[in-house]
Amino acid sequence: MAVMTYREALNLALREEMKRDPRVFVIGEEVGLYEGAYKVTQGLLKEFGPKRVVDTPIAESGFTGVGIGASMVGLRPVIEMMTFNFALLALDQIVNSAAKMYYMSGGQYNVPIVIRGPGGPAHQLAAQHSQSMEVYFYHVPGLKVVRPSTPMDAKGLLKAAIRDDNPVVFIESETLYAVKGEVPEDPEFVIPLGEAIVRREGRDVTVVAYMGMMYRAMEAAEELEKEGISVEIVDPRTLRPMDAGTIIGSVRKTHRAVVVEAGAGFAGMGSEIAAFIMEHAFDDLDAPVERVTGANAPMPYARGLERAKTPSKERIMEAIRRVCYAERS
Amino acid sequence: MAQKTETKKAGLPAVDTELARRLLGDMMLIRRFEEKAAEAYALGKIGGFLHLSIGEEAVAAGATSVLRRDDYAISTYREHGHCLAKGADPRRVMAELFGRRDGLSKGKGGSMHLFDKSVNFLGGHAIVGAHLPLAAGVGFAINYEGADQVCVCYFGDGAVPQGEFHEAMNLSALWKLPMIWICENNRYAMGTSLERALAQTEIWKFGEVYGIPSEPVDGMDVLAVRDVVGRAVERARTDKTPTLIEARTYRFRGHSMRDPAGAVYRTKEEVEREKLRDPIALFRDKAIKAGWLSEADVRAIEKDVNDRIDDAVAFADASPEPPVEWLLTDIYKED
Ligand SMILES: Cc1ncc(C[n+]2csc(CCOP(=O)(O)OP(=O)(O)O)c2C)c(N)n1
Ligand SMILES: [Mg+2]
Repeated sequence: MAVMTYREALNLALREEMKRDPRVFVIGEEVGLYEGAYKVTQGLLKEFGPKRVVDTPIAESGFTGVGIGASMVGLRPVIEMMTFNFALLALDQIVNSAAKMYYMSGGQYNVPIVIRGPGGPAHQLAAQHSQSMEVYFYHVPGLKVVRPSTPMDAKGLLKAAIRDDNPVVFIESETLYAVKGEVPEDPEFVIPLGEAIVRREGRDVTVVAYMGMMYRAMEAAEELEKEGISVEIVDPRTLRPMDAGTIIGSVRKTHRAVVVEAGAGFAGMGSEIAAFIMEHAFDDLDAPVERVTGANAPMPYARGLERAKTPSKERIMEAIRRVCYAERS
Repeated sequence: MAQKTETKKAGLPAVDTELARRLLGDMMLIRRFEEKAAEAYALGKIGGFLHLSIGEEAVAAGATSVLRRDDYAISTYREHGHCLAKGADPRRVMAELFGRRDGLSKGKGGSMHLFDKSVNFLGGHAIVGAHLPLAAGVGFAINYEGADQVCVCYFGDGAVPQGEFHEAMNLSALWKLPMIWICENNRYAMGTSLERALAQTEIWKFGEVYGIPSEPVDGMDVLAVRDVVGRAVERARTDKTPTLIEARTYRFRGHSMRDPAGAVYRTKEEVEREKLRDPIALFRDKAIKAGWLSEADVRAIEKDVNDRIDDAVAFADASPEPPVEWLLTDIYKED
């Protein structure tokens, strides 16, 4: 194990996979000479050259389509979105081309691509640069969607995504790039897509959360421990395919669930998780599932408003107390 | 820099009986295939959208005649002709239109999504403009692998006002991709004429903007198409130069089977006048006059084509429906 940042873990995963497979290449805006808008691709141009680290003009639909086309004839592109907000310009390519190619062609042409970059709330970047983007992708059959919360997951899941034969949407976070953690150096360390992880064991309530919300839920859990509430935290890691088994298994044990998400709540991830908990574990529940979600508003700029937009530790704690029928101490 | 009509001919062999037979045969095969598909549509055997390329066959036949089998082609939803010319089995194409299990895409794609990996035909794409970046990606991959194939991308005049046309032209010029961009300018995008869609209606001129060779060609003249595409293929193969070709053609039928031929956006007179430029009749007459083919040769080609298409229809009819379990297969590739 080595201790490194989330950013370094991603960089290492890219380097290892590029060394392992000459068909893997990186393409996107500012990935080469500039070394990545968030420096995730730092050093790659120097190590692998311009053939495999391809700077593009600002043309998201164009270069995403290039990646998809190249993958149809045997290459394995990693397409960087400078931030996932810009992936909306390529949404047609991702949804109509990448996700459906294998099906439309009756299994003749698969699309082994990774589309990666930061997404989710960031600091004071306002409405167009600070939003949860996974919702636009996890609805689509044919796509896989990953949200890695820790440096170890960032490395293991990115490697799995690159080795996967299907289009994988891999959404990182600006707010996590500097987070440090232990990361295995073994180049064969890979975390399979579709496996959730129990981040914290507990007896009284299951909290499902990922990315920044997972860390906030952890803080809430530490405080509630003092109040005598034992919180289990499950991080799905892959949103599609979702590891429903691990979540259901935890709920069967704790009999209570809270889902936390940064994005606007309407038809969000929490809706889906709450629905399948109800479908598969209704009789195990001792309380209705609660959702703690971002406000149904665009992201504001002003600090105070921005703070109010995403779930706070306090709101998470209140929801946990409610499902536990615990009075505020 | 962009150049209009080069006077130099492509270094292609002179037309002989064998080539004339292939060009006429391919065009007649596409025509007959689509006439039979229209009949099957009327009988309810084909559903959804069905777009015929009747009147435009010279583009597919002429362009494909200068390609190698391992070259790539990619197209729109009006792609029966491009797919057949590239070498797909008409029986499996018809079965796909019928939505049957022996179709190229197991009945999951339909008329608009024909794919045939065995002949490097990369689809059948129905979002106008979206397959141009995919095509550029194929060109990118050819260069990445150090190969000498080329990629032909067919698209309509309706894709030209779309942003992805411009993104793809720019990237292919910037990165020197071995592309042959063939715009089938049939003067309409559904009911919208060129003049109502483009500030610059000379589509080949967009090549000039991106600094790539480009030229218009009479898309009703299969030999002219062959010559222009032949030169473009040479450039793409030897020095990775992309070319934009504007093939001026016309669709004799409606936009799709749901658009009656005598539609509101063009006159009957215009359609009748254009039918006088029928690419099949023009080439047949030329071939007979030049002595490449005899009347008897033409009759023999016709009989052969009719037999093959009758066989294709019978094959499609006999092919079973896909089993319902196939609904959930081919969504993800498992390793
Ligand atoms: C992005 C997009 N917008 C609209 C449509 C609906 N549509 C289908 S075909 C078509 C006309 C396209 O015309 P053109 O590119 O000239 O091709 P043609 O049909 O003439 O072969 C339109 C508007 C579509 N499929 N995709
Ligand atoms: Mg048109």
